[in-house]
Amino acid sequence: MKKIALGLTSVALSLAAAHSQAGEVEVLHWWTSGGEAAAINVLKEEMVETGHTWKDFAVAGGGGESAMTVLKSRAIAGNPPSAAQIKGPTIQEWGDLGFLTNLDDVAEEGDWDVILPGVVSEVMKYDGHYVAAPVNVHRVNWMWANPEVFRKAGAAIPTTWDQFITEAKKIKAAGFTPLAHGGQAWQDATLFEAIALSKGSRFYNSAFIALSDTTLRSQDMIDVFDTFKQMREFVDPGFSGRDWNIATSMVINGEAAMQIMGDWAKGEFTAAGKKAGIDYVCYPAPGTSGTFTFNIDSLAMFTVDGSDQQEAQKDLARLILEPKFQETFNLNKGSIPARLNMPREKFDTCAHSSMDAFLASSTTGDLVPSMAHGMAVNSMIQGAIFDVVTNFFNDDSMTSQEAVDKLARAIKASM
Amino acid sequence: MPKIVMAPTVVVTLVCIYGYMIWTAILSFTNSRMLPTYKFVGIDQYERLFNNDRWIVALTNLGVFGGLFILICLFLGVMLAIFLDQKIRAEGAIRTIYLYPMAISFIVTGTAWKWLLNPTNGFEKLMIDLGFENFKFDWLINPDMVVYCLVIAAVWQASGFVMALFLAGLRGVDGDLIKAAHLDGASTFTTYRRIILPSLKPVFFSALVILSHIAIKSFDLVAALTNGGPGYSSDLPANFMYAHTFTRSQIGLGSASAMVMLGCVLAILVPYLYSELRGKRHE
Repeated sequence: MKKIALGLTSVALSLAAAHSQAGEVEVLHWWTSGGEAAAINVLKEEMVETGHTWKDFAVAGGGGESAMTVLKSRAIAGNPPSAAQIKGPTIQEWGDLGFLTNLDDVAEEGDWDVILPGVVSEVMKYDGHYVAAPVNVHRVNWMWANPEVFRKAGAAIPTTWDQFITEAKKIKAAGFTPLAHGGQAWQDATLFEAIALSKGSRFYNSAFIALSDTTLRSQDMIDVFDTFKQMREFVDPGFSGRDWNIATSMVINGEAAMQIMGDWAKGEFTAAGKKAGIDYVCYPAPGTSGTFTFNIDSLAMFTVDGSDQQEAQKDLARLILEPKFQETFNLNKGSIPARLNMPREKFDTCAHSSMDAFLASSTTGDLVPSMAHGMAVNSMIQGAIFDVVTNFFNDDSMTSQEAVDKLARAIKASM
Repeated sequence: MPKIVMAPTVVVTLVCIYGYMIWTAILSFTNSRMLPTYKFVGIDQYERLFNNDRWIVALTNLGVFGGLFILICLFLGVMLAIFLDQKIRAEGAIRTIYLYPMAISFIVTGTAWKWLLNPTNGFEKLMIDLGFENFKFDWLINPDMVVYCLVIAAVWQASGFVMALFLAGLRGVDGDLIKAAHLDGASTFTTYRRIILPSLKPVFFSALVILSHIAIKSFDLVAALTNGGPGYSSDLPANFMYAHTFTRSQIGLGSASAMVMLGCVLAILVPYLYSELRGKRHE
């Protein structure tokens, strides 16, 4: 008995020794606003508990543009950080350049292939090997609504885009702005992709992932542009260049009825002291209830020198996928955990519905990457789509047929 | 000794200005995407650039914006300078007020004008609140008119500076010359038109060079005032270059657009320097 105890103790000690081999991780990210900073701090604390040093490398501003510029210059200089907030097809671009490290052993130990849905783990892999760890899943195809405005206008929550148009006319007649929107390219694209998704995930995948010329020029795509153009009359005149959170505050204040925006909008409602289901309600964007547009934040791991540093990096990757971090991070961020089968008592109703949709859509193939948030195509093709979409929304004279031609041509030119 | 003192500056200038200029030129002939590569593709990037709708919009905007900005600034600057030159009271205070916008960065100018021009809470709302219910001023969200918003804000900022340049020039004109003209019976208007303004030609050229390079490198004004929108209807070349080089991972294409902008600056600068240097030789 004593022997076993001794044996166990020595095993425990040796394990502790392995972990006390202190290394340093430097993490480049742009989670700098209130909730986000608190969310990433959880990871920092866990790393310090494990015995490693955490070097924060936060670059604020520009939706990560400034951070990416810093990262590129560090990479060229041969001194990349251990991990960086990179997502979607950009992971593949960095993989192509040979900067990323292999995480397969960590993934095998943590059963990543089992706990992550296939679509998610696919994004985290380069050339069949894990190179990044997902921290959260945002659902983009959400509609946030103010029930008070609906009551006053005598309108019902729409579940299709046709119905949306009917109800929006009622709301407009009652003197409210039906759709809170910010006229920035990515917000236009967020609205556009929600309308495109209402044509089904097969259409969506064919248009924005396979980039099929036939689909891009199809009648369905013309319909999508037609519906999109009609949204123009439901936004207020001051929409141009407005930030998304200002648009959200219009729904909070009861000036506007609805906003189509990802689940980060929930943070604004929470910060304003509003309760889900009472002061505001969340529904899938019209016509997209069975589908789920995902935007996954991830930390990609760069090749670093020194076994201490590599050890620390592996611990970082391991901790990211552990339930404790996934839960705390996502409670702060408004998103849902990337791994399946997590305890969910602490999350709110919107998050529950998001989790259900995530689980259901991951088996039916209705889980699709968000084009507007850089999960579906590389930045050049995304930029080309943005240009056409935003220009069409603001140009009264452009017809849907012209827009479809432009879209198909612009995508071809950037491939 | 002076050579040693100067050396670091010379090196820094050579590397940081001419070195990077040459590097950008080289990159514009490669297919660089996210990071610089040296696979040369000839003038492909320039062909792509001029086949890109957005670039054409940016160039057209530069023409409209630059042209109007320079003309209006010169006109207003000269007028303000002449009025201030009439030995009026409180000249110092007025001059400072006109000159002050130049002390503010384009970012601040852009942000302030963004509020003033916004139809839901700016000038239009003010007029409606004052009782003009059908008043409409929505240039900021109108793709056809938004470029004139840029002109308004930029003129507001720079015309005081042009005024200061001309005022200094006016003060340098020989007083005897003006008296002589008056004795000969010339009106004040004729004196300005025929004698004083022609003698300010060097000031005029300096102002032109400064204004045109402000116009070509304008980036912050657009970024703060319209962010290129609605759509990309108020993009200028500098914004196009930034977007493609840094957010769309198209370093090659971005470099090509930078080279075209450099060409625009040179097209103005070279004739100016040429005339300046030739003038010196004659003296």
